[in-house]
Amino acid sequence: MSVLFLLVFASIAVAGGFLVAFLWSVRTNQFEDQEGSAMRILHDDPVPNSNVSDNK
Amino acid sequence: MPSTDVILNTTTAGETVICYHCGTACLNRNIATDEKFFCCEGCLLVYEILNKNGLCDYYKLQNHPGLSQIKAGRQDKYAFLDEASVAAQLYSFTDGNHTVVNLYIPGVHCSSCMWLLEHLQKINPGITDSRLNFTSKELTVRFNLEKISLRSVVELLATIGYPPYISLDNTQDKKPKGNSARIYKLGIAGFCFGNIMMMSFPEYFSLTSGMEKQYTELFRYLNLGLALPVFFYCASEFWINAWKGLQQKMLNIDAPIALAILITFTRSIYEIATHTGSGFLDSMSGIIFFMLVGRVIQERVYSSISFHRDYKAYFPIAVSVLTETGTAIRNIQELKENDVVQLHHDEIIPADGMIVKGEARIDYSFVTGESDPVIKEKGDTVYAGGRQTGTELTICITKPVASSYLTSLWNHHSFQKNKHTKNNKESAVHVLSKYFTYVLFALALITGIFWAFRDPSKILPSVSAMLIVACPCALLLSATYTNGNLLRLFSNNGLFLRDADVIEPLGKIDNIVFDKTGTLTECNDKTALTGAVFSAEELASIFTVANSSQHPYSRALVRFLGKYPLQRVTSWQEYTGKGIEATVNGSRIKIGSASFLGIAPTPDHANVYISVDEKKIAAFRFYAGLRTGVPDMLRQLRNKFRLSLLSGDNEREKELVQSLFDSGGQLLFNRKPIDKLHYIASLQEKDANVLMIGDGLNDAGALQQSNVGITLADDINNFTPSCDAILSAGSFTSLPAILNLARNGRAIIRFSFFISVIYNVIGLSFAVQGKLNPLLAAILMPVSTLSIVLITTGLTYFAARLNGLGKQSKPEVN
Repeated sequence: MSVLFLLVFASIAVAGGFLVAFLWSVRTNQFEDQEGSAMRILHDDPVPNSNVSDNK
Repeated sequence: MPSTDVILNTTTAGETVICYHCGTACLNRNIATDEKFFCCEGCLLVYEILNKNGLCDYYKLQNHPGLSQIKAGRQDKYAFLDEASVAAQLYSFTDGNHTVVNLYIPGVHCSSCMWLLEHLQKINPGITDSRLNFTSKELTVRFNLEKISLRSVVELLATIGYPPYISLDNTQDKKPKGNSARIYKLGIAGFCFGNIMMMSFPEYFSLTSGMEKQYTELFRYLNLGLALPVFFYCASEFWINAWKGLQQKMLNIDAPIALAILITFTRSIYEIATHTGSGFLDSMSGIIFFMLVGRVIQERVYSSISFHRDYKAYFPIAVSVLTETGTAIRNIQELKENDVVQLHHDEIIPADGMIVKGEARIDYSFVTGESDPVIKEKGDTVYAGGRQTGTELTICITKPVASSYLTSLWNHHSFQKNKHTKNNKESAVHVLSKYFTYVLFALALITGIFWAFRDPSKILPSVSAMLIVACPCALLLSATYTNGNLLRLFSNNGLFLRDADVIEPLGKIDNIVFDKTGTLTECNDKTALTGAVFSAEELASIFTVANSSQHPYSRALVRFLGKYPLQRVTSWQEYTGKGIEATVNGSRIKIGSASFLGIAPTPDHANVYISVDEKKIAAFRFYAGLRTGVPDMLRQLRNKFRLSLLSGDNEREKELVQSLFDSGGQLLFNRKPIDKLHYIASLQEKDANVLMIGDGLNDAGALQQSNVGITLADDINNFTPSCDAILSAGSFTSLPAILNLARNGRAIIRFSFFISVIYNVIGLSFAVQGKLNPLLAAILMPVSTLSIVLITTGLTYFAARLNGLGKQSKPEVN
């Protein structure tokens, strides 16, 4: 039965890990701008000498 | 010379082309480069800047992402940013060199905007970095003060079509920093709640008897440990609010919650310490978690709407003051008597003054509601709040800013009144929760007395159990969730409420008072030019003449005519209040009143008459037409509400609106702001719940006096005085549905109130007998909370669908 001690503390530690991860993500403003990042990732890095072309 | 009908002139070149930059239909093909057409020089300029700096990817991400540049700003509009004291207020960080500034950019709307604004360093190397928060439309720019000034940064943004919004608001109170503290609390409460719940399972299923005692004890102490942060940290706002309420001798909604949490916690500690039970820590943390969820949702809904704005936001932040040495830029708070101020076209008069030079055409529509500009000459007095619509004007300040007419209008006691006490009856939630607390105390007292005679050992368990189980959480949540949901639904449909407290009075409305100008009516395109038919060349000449004048009629004519190349003017003379006479390309053009042209007015009393060489005569009529859909909307509304109309304008358009109002309502014209206020007050004396819908500062008193004041705004980032709600003009016609939904909202709150009362009755009936066990509490409390959440959310969406407000997407915001 003493395995229960281990399990209980292990589960709390794992859950605590996720809690810390959550608090960290809030702290680093990852919930600040949820639309922006989704768009930013689609922007290509500037290509050198990219010529101006139409999009029509 | 072929004569063409004026209506056709926009399509002179056959097929219409649209502006490569902003997508507006081009009036002609005159402005073009690289085989791309532009609607105006401004758009072309933006394109050229971007092209030069290799930023044309901007156009690849979205088609025509730009904003129309037709309305260009004045050259030195941002000169006040050169003033070190003004600029310093806007910096969020500076070491004299590296500087960070946060600018609010209302024009941000697509991923192209974002891409461009984050590549500013390519246009000017003085900018090291820029980052946009798309949700809040805030751009953080890092730049080097040695290489580029704040003014240049702002002007750069304005040139590429993203002028930042800078006003006194930015400088006077900084926005409170986020709500991340509440998110921390939510995270921790959720974590603790889940774990406490898990470790309470053995207790729920009464497995503790078969278990070794050490595990029971271990779980209980772990629960206690996990409950500590919930009790001390997550619930802190309930403690603080309850304490604040008690200090003011008020029993607010947080007081019974705080009491219930306190009693639950103490009793749990007692039970655990004395080995008599496991306490109710699971219920306690669960309730705190769900209540925090409700508050976070509610806060999220309107965090993106910068709302409460006062008149200061509409005054220019600084003005040009003429001194002996030249022109200086000064903060408006620093204006003193006898300062000589120079005003440009479209600037608001910051303080009362006397005209020293120039001719004033003051648009007092913010103050009086009258839309026709007032013409004042040298020596006349002009009042704060008016907008100069002519050209340059120099005034000498006679009263400092604080004591001016507009400020005193604003400071009228009805503006000062606390909005929450405006609806003298407190909101039902507060009344019921107060009532609830007293009933609970009374019941607890009776129970205590009863057990004192029967079995004194049961006094403490039964009374404390009552206070635990009867926590008004479910009662409170029903309002929180319903209102939170309604706020979201309303804002999806273009109505932005100041806070959730507005929903309840909105549902009680029985009288609606409309402002006319700018609310029911708008200057629309229902314009007509009748009489002689002009050639394209003559139209260009007329356009040139009208374009040089700032009179609203001229502006309307310019809008109507569209875009023509400017012609060479040999003589030009404007006769105040009469018209303009000019010689263009050798022909004499007169634009003005009928008497000015020396002709008889047309039967429909056209606004403007035009003559070319005194031979070809035409009449130009424009209407302040009703907004689209308004007649239908009024017909829907008048079955359920008593409608009235208040207008600061003259009776010119009375017949336009009269048929739309039923006989019960009143149509009042030539009302001053204070009259509007009194009218609403007189309705309220007859126990009416009045909804006022207006558009501007001149209605501010009436908006404030009414039970609910809604400002109609064509652009929700636009000018808005303090009011209870902003309705975007595009959603005006959904007003009946919105009012219906608000009514349904009240019904939903009452229904879920009823459900939670039933839960409380069940819980209390066990508690008074001293039979409340942790399992029952752990089932009853979360189940009641969850079912309230589901009921309120489900019913509000259902009600919204019924009213046709469900699926609508967010209104377009420019």
